[in-house]
Amino acid sequence: MSGPALRVLRAGPAMSVQDRGRAGTLALGLAAGGAADPLALTEAAVLLGHALSSAALEMAAQGGRFEATGDLRIALTGAPMRAAIDGNPVVWNASHPLRGGQILDLGAATSGIYGYLSVGGGLETAAYLGSRSVHPAAGIGRLIAAGDLLPCGADTGGPTGRGLAADDRFSGGTIRVVAGPQTALFDKETLDRFAATTFTRDPRGNRQGARLGHDGLPFAAAGQLALLSEPILPGDIQMTGDGAPFVLGPDCQTTGGYPRIGTVVPDDLPRALQARPGALIRFVFVERRTALQDFIARRRAEERLAADTYPLVRDPADIPDLLTRQLIGGVTTGEDALHDAIGAPRNDRGNTSR
Amino acid sequence: MTPASATTLPSVLPLGLSGWLVRFADRLDDGANRAALAFRAAVEAEAWPEVVETSLALGSVYVACAPHNGDPGALDARLSALVASRDWFAADLPTGRRLWTIPAAFGGSAGPELAEAADLARSSDDAAIAAFTARPLRILTLGFAPGMPYLGMLPGVWDIPRRSGLTDRVPTGALAVAVRQVVMFPAAMPTGWRQVGRTAFRAFRPDSATPVPLRPGDEIRFTAITHDQLAEIAATDRSGDGGAHIEDMP
Repeated sequence: MSGPALRVLRAGPAMSVQDRGRAGTLALGLAAGGAADPLALTEAAVLLGHALSSAALEMAAQGGRFEATGDLRIALTGAPMRAAIDGNPVVWNASHPLRGGQILDLGAATSGIYGYLSVGGGLETAAYLGSRSVHPAAGIGRLIAAGDLLPCGADTGGPTGRGLAADDRFSGGTIRVVAGPQTALFDKETLDRFAATTFTRDPRGNRQGARLGHDGLPFAAAGQLALLSEPILPGDIQMTGDGAPFVLGPDCQTTGGYPRIGTVVPDDLPRALQARPGALIRFVFVERRTALQDFIARRRAEERLAADTYPLVRDPADIPDLLTRQLIGGVTTGEDALHDAIGAPRNDRGNTSR
Repeated sequence: MTPASATTLPSVLPLGLSGWLVRFADRLDDGANRAALAFRAAVEAEAWPEVVETSLALGSVYVACAPHNGDPGALDARLSALVASRDWFAADLPTGRRLWTIPAAFGGSAGPELAEAADLARSSDDAAIAAFTARPLRILTLGFAPGMPYLGMLPGVWDIPRRSGLTDRVPTGALAVAVRQVVMFPAAMPTGWRQVGRTAFRAFRPDSATPVPLRPGDEIRFTAITHDQLAEIAATDRSGDGGAHIEDMP
């Protein structure tokens, strides 16, 4: 083992190791997989200064309890969860030291679904076909359970106690869609109605996809019962047999026979997957060329993300250090720090098309 | 917005942010499947730098392109030129194909919906089993789940619909039938297809150096065995082949 490990003392129901997924396995019938909210991995990589490809723990709606077997640096990103180290609240979307023997408690998500726990150097669980992402339904790996010991990669070191304003993708909103090979099977009236409808995130959803509900007529395509199965992708919006949209997620199947009205652009897919039941979602069709330009601009903006981190001067996790160095005047409470983090100004990173 | 759906076939259509779908048919068609198989091999052979990966469906090919490589239009032109370069429907099947002879038990607990499926095909149970075993079926594509083969094509009477509801769980190795095809399940999962039989074959072997043993274009001939014989194979087989016999095709 190359470094300290993270011991899982308690795990929520759908906790798994995820990175950015695999490439080149679609022809075998295996989807790319990977984190439901890749931006959370990017934010963690920026906060910890490690590789974008690093694997992290993805936690669906519920966190867990963890112990460091040696000194670690951690980052908490994605759907905000109540977080505490040895009982002292720590802020979300930030990096913290987790020293050997310290206990990290992560509670329920306070908004969104998928929260991420990253360690400096990344998790070094077993890789399969080029990725550490597990996909239990496909027979690849299993969910995290209490008692698991997760090996951590060699940490090249770096700062902790840094925060980063999170783009809000946790409460639904407007989602960009590009047309696909079956969009034209839907008539103009249906496409217009789709773009004018406010959908509600349905409770039914997981890494395979998210179902949406709406008032009004079902959405149907011409000849939809006789469609030949074709390749399907994460982000595709299938109209299921009862005419409700189902947005495919990273663990979707590789082929499907339901008609697809379009594809959610990759940077907006977390808005669908992170939306909680009841959250409101609308779709707007955009030209593919525009969406591609926005995608490239967004990647360039992410390369500059490190400049947006800021020191967590009032992070209680740092208070013991600060006290020993006699740098602190007034002690703030954990709740204040938590409130500060959630109230931190939203930072628009060049996503110009909403 | 997209061009109208496939007024002419084959057609090159945008899929996702930066990929393309090359569609050879919008109905199940043996010639279109052969065309798609040959076209995918040709795209792989071109080794265009912007192509990340390709995959095959029953009558179409997906060509994935890296978004940061910019202009998707360039690949569109290359794909269209390749489509126009020859008659893909007349393409030969790939070389190096194999014939897999796989023992299977039908009906009863191994195929609880055999009678229902046979009724829809206006066949007796025995005639149905004969249809599944009479001749080799070609692997039209792998997909849906890792390693899962779609086999065809069965005679026209087997153009039966999927069930309107889902069976909660069919076991690994299950054979199910719909729309002139047989699928063999690589893992236990829900399905709308009717389970008619079962094998001890593992179509996905995550711990093996060859996790997906089957390839599109390979053929599978099922041979009918008893439930007891299947149970014996399942109890003793360590390879995942489930008693299969493999030979190279000429």
